[in-house]
Amino acid sequence: MANVSNTKQGQAIDYDAIEAMESFNRFVRKKNTFLFSITAIFLILYILLPILAFQPVLQQKFFGNITGVWVYSAGLFIMTIVLCTVYVKKAASFDKAAAAVLAEYQAKGGK
Amino acid sequence: MNLVSISFFLAIVGLTLVVTYIAAKRTSSAADFYTAGGGLKGWQNGFAIAGDYLSAAAFLGVSGAIALTGFDGFFFSVGYVVANLVLLYVIAEPMRNLGRYTLADMLTARFNEKRIRGVAASGTIIIVILYMIAQLVGAGALIKLLFGIEYWIAVLIVGVMMTTYVLFGGMTATSWVQIIKASLLLFGTGLLATLVLVKFDFSLMKMFDTIAVDHGEEFLVPGIKYTSTIDSVSMMMALVLGTSGLPHILMRFFTVKDAKTARASISWTTWITAIFFSLTIFLGFGALNFVGLDQILAESKAGNTAAPLLAHYLGGDVLMAFIGAVAFATILAVVSGLVLTGASAISHDIYGEIIKNGQLTEKQQVIAARTGSISIAIVSIILALFAQSLNVSFLVSFAFCIGASANLPVILYTIYWKKFNSTGAVTAMVTGLVSCLVLGAMGPNVWSPVEGAAIFVGTPLVPLAVPAIITIPLGFIAGYLGTILSSNKATDAEAERIYKEIRVKANTGVSVSDVSH
Repeated sequence: MANVSNTKQGQAIDYDAIEAMESFNRFVRKKNTFLFSITAIFLILYILLPILAFQPVLQQKFFGNITGVWVYSAGLFIMTIVLCTVYVKKAASFDKAAAAVLAEYQAKGGK
Repeated sequence: MNLVSISFFLAIVGLTLVVTYIAAKRTSSAADFYTAGGGLKGWQNGFAIAGDYLSAAAFLGVSGAIALTGFDGFFFSVGYVVANLVLLYVIAEPMRNLGRYTLADMLTARFNEKRIRGVAASGTIIIVILYMIAQLVGAGALIKLLFGIEYWIAVLIVGVMMTTYVLFGGMTATSWVQIIKASLLLFGTGLLATLVLVKFDFSLMKMFDTIAVDHGEEFLVPGIKYTSTIDSVSMMMALVLGTSGLPHILMRFFTVKDAKTARASISWTTWITAIFFSLTIFLGFGALNFVGLDQILAESKAGNTAAPLLAHYLGGDVLMAFIGAVAFATILAVVSGLVLTGASAISHDIYGEIIKNGQLTEKQQVIAARTGSISIAIVSIILALFAQSLNVSFLVSFAFCIGASANLPVILYTIYWKKFNSTGAVTAMVTGLVSCLVLGAMGPNVWSPVEGAAIFVGTPLVPLAVPAIITIPLGFIAGYLGTILSSNKATDAEAERIYKEIRVKANTGVSVSDVSH
């Protein structure tokens, strides 16, 4: 049984065929590597906060009476905004790659 | 109750009712009701998701917690902000590409089994009810403070209003109420924070100096509330991973047309929450410095009224009335979203898909959705009337814990793990849910040696307030073991075929409108 379904336009998509495409798999691998490595990085930096917060390193005063925990937290806020921006930029390139994969599939005559 | 408070209160109620009236005219199908027809723009959905984040627990609870416990309260702010990244990086786009109305729809795109739908819907209903009771109890206490009306009347007012929004305006009205409320809240906190900064000559250093000298250096570091690393790590894990498993947040991804818009939504939400939660420092420290610990504690032991009290100090009755009205709008918006989510699980998943096998006409679906909304609202109102003395933040942290332990593992496995099977999905969800409930029932929020500090007197068997550090790994392990120990050979070819389809859809967004279930 072919793995197909009909889209709104009545055009059948063969999912097995797309899934078997080398370009599709390369794209997914690249995307997942990016997503999971960044996710691992921000989760580690995040969970270090409650761990380091009780250690002397973040308990000392950095600026005036502003202690390390506040500075580290501010860093996490900035990290969030930066990684959000990075993602939006990167995702636009993933969209293009996905569109290219679908275009290649169409060009092969897969309707 | 004075005239100014009543005016602000009525203005907000009036505005939201007008929105509901307009939305009601556009709500005719089940898709309109559950997902606003999938037609929200990125910024609109972004504000609405921010609205879901900025619940009364976040606005009143976090600023109060910072006022009472200093940095310990700010842990929450960090958690809520970083949680956006988990949503953005691993959840938002595949969710939009695979789902229709509910979390269960997304899971059954891969495993078309009634038991999966049943377990997912039950988890959703439990989380929604816990979260809703917390919001309603908070609402009752707040309205009692601001307007001096009885708790039960306050709960009934909020209950009737939220049901009205959902019943007539569905997701369109609920989203717009969220958008209005998020904007008002952002404006209100910005105003309060600016007024606090004026008092400190716009110097962050001066504010911290004043807190250190006048109130003690213990406010500058963690330790007033959380004394152990493991307790705070557990709580932080629940916050950052639980957000991605909260059904009312997940449901918001179905209100946009494609993955790109889902991503834009979270981008908006990230900015809004980052700005808002940065301001909680000024609200918390402002309240501590100008209102004072004694007065905050005198009004509410949990510090929930710190922000309104600060508003009163800074701007008198008028500002307090405005902030109070905004807090009221906040609660209304969040509970409306919760009612809608609970209704989708009852009417769409359990009644429509499980009992009626999806054989409902469009009209019957809408009737079922409205009936579901009324039932979930009535149950929550009744429970809230009895739950007055429960600790609100305890209920919310529980909802996060279940979201992280029961929903997140199964979502991630469904999207990313080829071998995952339906038995694994059931074991992951059941284990996550049950372990949270059981460990929570043995924890310090239920048992305390000090009489009156918890529900029962006794030594807690589990010393963790939020057991996430145990239950999240349990959920993932259960999903893994359930899968490898049960592998159902007979359907392997079929399972592989579906996974290929899921993989293509999740990664390319092809035929989003064609999700068949």
